[in-house]
Amino acid sequence: MADAPKPPKCAIQTRGLNLWYGDFQALFDVDFDVPAGRVTGLIGPSGCGKSTLLRSVNRIVERLGYVRTTGTIDVLGNDIFGANVELLQVRKQIGMVFQRPNPLPLSIRDNVLFGLRTHGSSTGTGADHKSKPTKAEEAQIVEQSLRTVLLWDKVKDRLGEPAIRLSLEEQQKLCIARLLPVKPRVLLMDEPCSALDPDGTAAVEELIWSLKGDYTILIVTHNMAQARRATEECAFMLHGRLVEHTETAKMFVSPKNQSTADYIEGRYG
Amino acid sequence: MQHEDVRDFHWYVDKAMASLVFLGGISAIVFIIGIFLFITREGFAFITQSMDIREFFFDPAWRPTSDSNPTYGAFALIAGTASITGLAVLLSIPFSLGAAIYIAEFAEGRTREILKILIELLAAIPSVVWGFIGLSIMNPLIIDMFDVPVGLNILNAGVILALMAAPIMTTIAEDALKAVPDRYREAAEALGATRWQVTLKIVLPAAKHGLMAAVLLGVGRGFGETMAVLMASGHSINVPDGLFDSVRALTATIAAELGETAVGSEHYQALFTLGILLFAVTFIINLTADLVMRGIKRS
Repeated sequence: MADAPKPPKCAIQTRGLNLWYGDFQALFDVDFDVPAGRVTGLIGPSGCGKSTLLRSVNRIVERLGYVRTTGTIDVLGNDIFGANVELLQVRKQIGMVFQRPNPLPLSIRDNVLFGLRTHGSSTGTGADHKSKPTKAEEAQIVEQSLRTVLLWDKVKDRLGEPAIRLSLEEQQKLCIARLLPVKPRVLLMDEPCSALDPDGTAAVEELIWSLKGDYTILIVTHNMAQARRATEECAFMLHGRLVEHTETAKMFVSPKNQSTADYIEGRYG
Repeated sequence: MQHEDVRDFHWYVDKAMASLVFLGGISAIVFIIGIFLFITREGFAFITQSMDIREFFFDPAWRPTSDSNPTYGAFALIAGTASITGLAVLLSIPFSLGAAIYIAEFAEGRTREILKILIELLAAIPSVVWGFIGLSIMNPLIIDMFDVPVGLNILNAGVILALMAAPIMTTIAEDALKAVPDRYREAAEALGATRWQVTLKIVLPAAKHGLMAAVLLGVGRGFGETMAVLMASGHSINVPDGLFDSVRALTATIAAELGETAVGSEHYQALFTLGILLFAVTFIINLTADLVMRGIKRS
């Protein structure tokens, strides 16, 4: 399954996406293409729908119960609203990092292994999952995941401790690490640094940068400077519409749309 | 600069109200100490003078009205209360936890609201009504179903008490589940966990202290219940060896006998000693529940 002949160019593709919270329409006809293997930023003022768009991609937005959607979202070539698509499989391929670090109330080790254990029994399609991973395999997965997020050296001696005891920055790195064992292709990040101090922000940005290429990363940010530093492409949203989507370098130098220019220059928002 | 006199009308109202609510606040302490002193005073003479501790706790013969040789063995009463409460807790735990999990984690919108209201309504049914149900519905039902001579027994009282304790346990357990931050659920769901996996692996472990407290408060409720137990248990002094034995509870004994005794007599004092025992046990149960619940907040 994972060895498709050629990965599609677009990791995420939405067409005519409308979304309502009850009577309130939050997204209007969004056509959005997120290229595979790159870091794409979503910017815009509060309430513009950027978080909503991000949260529709793994359908976590539907937790609210009163959400209605029309249009399509394809992730890695599969329509995530399709009748034959299993929501849990979709979520396995799409990892999500939240605004506030939200490690589960478990040990550091169990946080990393949670996704794997959850999917362990349900991966019917995966030929590589013949049985449950052994203790040694689990230990290896934990080490590898924590090394990837540059956390291993700090926590290797206290993997059994509750994850809540870590600093916020470490918690956020752990929240990224726990996505990796199920081998997602797409990482969604909802203002992942907004709860962190500048050092933590720098560390997490560095981590995001090191993950690009292997993963398609879509990141919502309020922070203009961060969008500029840490993304390759940028999309600007306003009032539920996608206004402009282009190379980050281009957007910050010569935005095509007047409202984009005004926002970037800080005239509102 | 000279200070202006601030004692205007609102100042007095503020002070008066502050004292008033202070009185309201400490009245709980005053009352609990007052009650404790009262039952201790009434029962103390018995404990210090005529009580035989071994007889009280281990002798099943409760014969306070015997002319020649009154005995005050509370063992059968303790066994009666313990067996009824134990059965009630065993029966109500699965139902209460199930209801709490359904309401907190699975039910949505109106279903949840209606269920919550109904369960609170269930908690408000007077205990004498439950006793009535035990007496007039459960009794013939048990006689029919199990072919036993008497339907007023541990099973009857246990089921009634389970129904009475379940709403309280459900409400507190649901509060405990709701207190688990939603970001845990969101995180686990985003990792691809089903709702049941989220409940089982994340929510229940995180709420375990609150759930424990819910069970303990249910036990406390059952332990202190009087009227329904008096009506449904058969009220016969008996160390039970089966579900279909009639028993008598500590509370029911006090309720049934206190009116018939002479104030200050040995029998009267012995009943107050039962009261001290009940008070002590419910106090310990509630205190434990409280400490367990506080345990969550600290961690």
